[in-house]
Amino acid sequence: MAAVETRNLTKQFDQVKAVDGIDLVCEDGEFLVLLGPSGCGKTTLLRMIGGLEAPTGGEIVIGGQDVTKLPPRARKIAMVFQSYALYPHMTVYNNIAFPLKAQKMAKPEQQERVTWAASILGIDHLMDRKPRQLSGGQRQRVALARALVREPNVFLLDEPLSNLDAQRRASARDELQQFQRRVATTTIYVTHDQVEAMGMGDRIAVMDQGRIRQLGTPADIYNQPADVFVATFVGSPPMNLVPTPDGSLLLGFRPEHFFRHEGPAADGLKTFPFHVHREEYLGAERLYYGEIGETRVVARFPVTATTTAPPGDTYPFAVHDRDVRMFDAKTGERTDLVAVT
Amino acid sequence: MSAPAAVQPAARPSVPRYWMDREGILGPVMLLPVVVYIVALVGFPLVLALIYSFSDVTVGDQTINWVGFETFSQAMANPTFRLALRNTLLFTLISQIVVLVLGNILALVLSADFPGKRLVRFLILLPWTTPIALGVIGWLWLLDGLYSPIDALLRMIGLLGPDTLFGPGRNMLWLAQPDTAQISVVLVHVWRTLPLATVILLAGLTAIPQDLRDAANVDGAGFFRQLVYIRIPLLLPIMAVAVLYGIVFTFTDMTVVYLLTRGGPPVDSTQVLASWAYFKGIEGGNLAEGAATAVFLFPALAGVAALMLRMARRAETN
Ligand SMILES: Nc1ncnc2c1ncn2[C@@H]1O[C@H](COP(=O)(O)OP(=O)(O)OP(=O)(O)O)[C@@H](O)[C@H]1O
Ligand SMILES: [Mg+2]
Repeated sequence: MAAVETRNLTKQFDQVKAVDGIDLVCEDGEFLVLLGPSGCGKTTLLRMIGGLEAPTGGEIVIGGQDVTKLPPRARKIAMVFQSYALYPHMTVYNNIAFPLKAQKMAKPEQQERVTWAASILGIDHLMDRKPRQLSGGQRQRVALARALVREPNVFLLDEPLSNLDAQRRASARDELQQFQRRVATTTIYVTHDQVEAMGMGDRIAVMDQGRIRQLGTPADIYNQPADVFVATFVGSPPMNLVPTPDGSLLLGFRPEHFFRHEGPAADGLKTFPFHVHREEYLGAERLYYGEIGETRVVARFPVTATTTAPPGDTYPFAVHDRDVRMFDAKTGERTDLVAVT
Repeated sequence: MSAPAAVQPAARPSVPRYWMDREGILGPVMLLPVVVYIVALVGFPLVLALIYSFSDVTVGDQTINWVGFETFSQAMANPTFRLALRNTLLFTLISQIVVLVLGNILALVLSADFPGKRLVRFLILLPWTTPIALGVIGWLWLLDGLYSPIDALLRMIGLLGPDTLFGPGRNMLWLAQPDTAQISVVLVHVWRTLPLATVILLAGLTAIPQDLRDAANVDGAGFFRQLVYIRIPLLLPIMAVAVLYGIVFTFTDMTVVYLLTRGGPPVDSTQVLASWAYFKGIEGGNLAEGAATAVFLFPALAGVAALMLRMARRAETN
């Protein structure tokens, strides 16, 4: 077990700064998620931590030791790749045993460890198969078993669920998180799927263009976004951003906090005339798409709400002051961060 | 009735104009040159050789009398034939083992990133682009009895000359003694088939996904473990293809022996089936025996090809 720390970590490819001075601390035993849009540098950051990519600048510290210059095998890390990268010519058993063989572990001990890892992941019965004879979910578990078997200091996972179909993914998410809790190994998990990030991470680091925009618990990230990017990247549909009349600030509020409000304006309430274009019925909820002035806005009504707002008309809507976040219209930074505890 | 009648005048002129779009016509038309080529230049000689090999035809008496396998037993009774058969198998085997080892090493080296990589790759492929006869004439000079640059190099590094490993003479006389002549033939075959094997293996190496190499690195495998347990097993099918090419080229080649040693020295020590077939059938005038010699290994060779292709396919699906 070990904490992972990066200090001013940078990676410059020919033209692009893929990772741009990242300071990140992942606590011992923590499940940290790197979340960000495609091409923001998540994989590059992970590969540098794993030693597969040499940083242009900065340091990587694992378990208090500076490993920046060490090769992957000296770092005691295990990695699960998006493609799983199982060795296609080896049986499941040999795939899982490969890291142990590389350590020149004795055969009986190898067998014991492989059996242990396989039983944790419930793949004991697949030992003699080749990877091509496995389903996507089974492959993922073999890849996890191969990572687990050496009891590494750190797990690095790069979108390990993206090859699964939606149903399989939900249960795999659950299994993976339970598994991590059980072995309590420091885990850095890369994804561009915010549902995965919110559901699994102890903390989430939201990345954009090689930088970390915000690092916090899922609730922090969702409720107290540090800037406009985080506010609109996390949440689906994203946070509404309505400019103030003088144009200096953006008022941000989540679609579920935007409700229909008849009657006079009250204290602690901001009211808007909301022109509805379109209604989307999604079973558990309804979404209303429309505009406040020129700004596109979405309202989300739970299935339990009795009020409606049929499209084609303008209705009085409101949001509680406590649900409003304020951002600087120019820089996109939060201006009311005093509210954050 | 009236609708088809109205359509017809418009459809008619389109027939000649669109025949190029009709696969039923265009396909055979485009295949024709290849079919003619194969039938005339591959099929006809092959069939003729097969017919000859079951007859007693000679240059002097060109009537074809069916004699069954008599020509074959006659050819096999000749000690030179047996020597040529042994040499053919030996030269092929040894040269292809050397090619496999060198080809793998070269491919590994060339798959790494270093400045001037493209140039080196190009240079390595050059022997493949040289017509084989020209290449062998070059080798004639390299292996010359008096002026061989290889000898000069050996002398320079102290391996040739008085009190050295290769003996007192100033020259190896490569092509004048049976054993060195055999080594020379193998050497030229290696030189000839190595480039293609290297390029094929290089392509195979490059096709191994980066993820697998990364995984092996993270799993703690060093260079040799990765080589033995990951790269070589994954490369096996493509190696089979490379070796298949090498075997076929070496097996069927007569140019190297014909130009380099003419089968000698003194007579027949480097004779191979292809050159022996030529000397016997064309220069010696015994068409039937030459043909029998030439087609002797045809079934075996076809078998090797089928086997290798099967191996490659099976490994591919693994
Ligand atoms: N080997 C490379 N050479 C040059 N540029 C690269 C290389 N690898 C990545 N990049 C660039 O660096 C940036 C970050 O890439 P990276 O793969 O880390 O993104 P990512 O966040 O993992 O994206 P995704 O979610 O699509 O996997 C991208 O702009 C990419 O084009
Ligand atoms: Mg990625």
